[in-house]
Amino acid sequence: MPHMTMIEAIRDAHDIAMDRDERVVVFGEDVGFFGGVFRCTAGLQKKYGATRCFDTPISELGIVGTAIGMAANDMRPVVEVQFADYMYPAYDQLVSEAARLRYRSAGEFTCPIVVRMPTGGGIFGAQTHSQSPEALFTHVAGLKTVVPSTPADAKGLLLAAIEDPDPVIFLEPKRIYNGPFDGHHDRPLVGWKKHELGEVPEGHTPVPLGKAALRAEGDDLTIVTYGTMVHVALGVVAGAGLSADVIDLRTLVPLDIDAVVASVKRTGRCLVLHEATLTSGFGAELAAQVQEACFYHLEAPVKRVAGWDTPYPHAGEWDYFPGPERLLRNIEALLEA
Amino acid sequence: MATAKSAKKSNTSKEELLEHYREMLLIRRFEEKAGQLYGMGLIGGFCHLYIGQEAVVVGLEAAAEEGDKRVTSYRDHGHMLACGMDPKGVMAELTGREGGYSKGKGGSMHMFSTEKHFYGGHGIVGAQVPIGAGLAFADKYLGNDRVTFTYFGDGAANQGQVAETYNMAELWDLPVIFVIENNQYAMGTSMKRATKSPSLWERGAAYGIEGEEVDGMDVLAVKAAGEKAIAHCRAGKGPYILEMKTYRYRGHSMSDPAKYRTREEVQKMRDEKDPIEHVRDLLIQGKHASEDDLKAVDKEIKQIVNDAADFARESPEPALDELWTDIYA
Repeated sequence: MPHMTMIEAIRDAHDIAMDRDERVVVFGEDVGFFGGVFRCTAGLQKKYGATRCFDTPISELGIVGTAIGMAANDMRPVVEVQFADYMYPAYDQLVSEAARLRYRSAGEFTCPIVVRMPTGGGIFGAQTHSQSPEALFTHVAGLKTVVPSTPADAKGLLLAAIEDPDPVIFLEPKRIYNGPFDGHHDRPLVGWKKHELGEVPEGHTPVPLGKAALRAEGDDLTIVTYGTMVHVALGVVAGAGLSADVIDLRTLVPLDIDAVVASVKRTGRCLVLHEATLTSGFGAELAAQVQEACFYHLEAPVKRVAGWDTPYPHAGEWDYFPGPERLLRNIEALLEA
Repeated sequence: MATAKSAKKSNTSKEELLEHYREMLLIRRFEEKAGQLYGMGLIGGFCHLYIGQEAVVVGLEAAAEEGDKRVTSYRDHGHMLACGMDPKGVMAELTGREGGYSKGKGGSMHMFSTEKHFYGGHGIVGAQVPIGAGLAFADKYLGNDRVTFTYFGDGAANQGQVAETYNMAELWDLPVIFVIENNQYAMGTSMKRATKSPSLWERGAAYGIEGEEVDGMDVLAVKAAGEKAIAHCRAGKGPYILEMKTYRYRGHSMSDPAKYRTREEVQKMRDEKDPIEHVRDLLIQGKHASEDDLKAVDKEIKQIVNDAADFARESPEPALDELWTDIYA
């Protein structure tokens, strides 16, 4: 099986989807001629022409709004919002239009769009290039929210998202575009091409939405996470020789709560980990669901480890970021509780 | 001012005039009935009546062809009736019943019809504008020779998303007709208190979009302007803006104290510019129809509207289970 970076895997998914279905078009800021600021769409305009892969003005609201109209009229638009931090002007279109077209037309019109956005921090982007806004989408009935953590999942989940009949928010953790960042920012990054999780199956290989992946297996606790933090968790578990289930949710909505519940009922301890700010983060939803379903199996309260409740700082990024030290400290506290 | 004026003596056929009369009257009587049902508590929440603006949609629908699309804001009842949607289904949506176009889940501002290519019914000011451009994009991409009428008001014209959409629509030569229904009041704010632009269609020039101002109270002028705009789009020349100078007689919604304009102003428009009276005069003066002929039309319309109201009252409320469907596929 070939190895790819997450960027190459995303590009491969676009290529396959465009080849299979002429209704799929790809557009956004710098997406066509330039191939995307992160190169996720490089080569597509050359291969499929400027009718199917093209640049837009810097108009996030207009981009998403236009995509909604296209989807309602039998197309399959895949748009890129250059950073998740730029999505706020388009939020009204996502919430008021994309998420609800099906409901308010009683199923007559639907909105099969994919909105891709690089998400998360770890690149010294400060407050407008580092945010993790997933909870703003998971709170909206009608949207699906996906966060891959490996190149193979990025490819497979993107294919599934493009083929999905509903609007999908596809959040790409940009810190792991090139390799599985484990939170040790002072160590060299091992690239995906040299990592066992960098293998990507060839051809049309969709990964179904709504199915979590078990990245590590153990008996003492369950770590529930997604995106970049999967690799931080794996690093801590391996480094400290812990016996833990590490569940990579892969999609937040629909949520594979069954996988989480089965694990927590067995281990009796649950830690929820994400990079986004703590308050009203997706971890709050996970903690609530876990205690509702597993209350009598829990040996300790569900622990949340997350980003600080501050704007994403420039200085002190690694203090904000819930890295290996903070995670291990919290795991130890949870195991002793 | 590029106002398109219809000739004093119309060359329009009797049949066409009668059809315009009938369509506009249907909207007016439907809206009057909706107002009554609202007063009786059968319609709740938001309800934006189209009374006064009937010539805009009727004229443009007369110019449209099968397969052309339309998308509009929350003042949408007239658009639905004019494109041929069933008055019963529209009224039952207003009352939130199972027989409504969206099974009661959408309400007055949120209705759709695939059959009539009606893409809503959108409750957020201006949000339908980029969507209209997207509909047109898809028609162009898929090789359908169709246009999309994207309606919005003078209030929405000041939304940033309209500017974004103008730029993209012209950049990509999209077959979209931007119809600004300038009824001169954005809720309670007169246009003079919202912008110093002397006209709204002229803003298109900044993006390279052609357009014109139209007497939106004159159904024949509207139709002629619509035909011109459609020809422009179908020739592949990109978008076109029609600024319809029109007027709503009723409040913005049902809870409008109407302190922002005088009664005299409203009465003057009713007396001098009413779109239905205009066609009525053309019919009578041109000896195309007698008073009795028109009374028969009135009676027919009244029956249709009463039937719609009865249906909207009798249709049951949707089951609670229904409210949990159509969220995801």
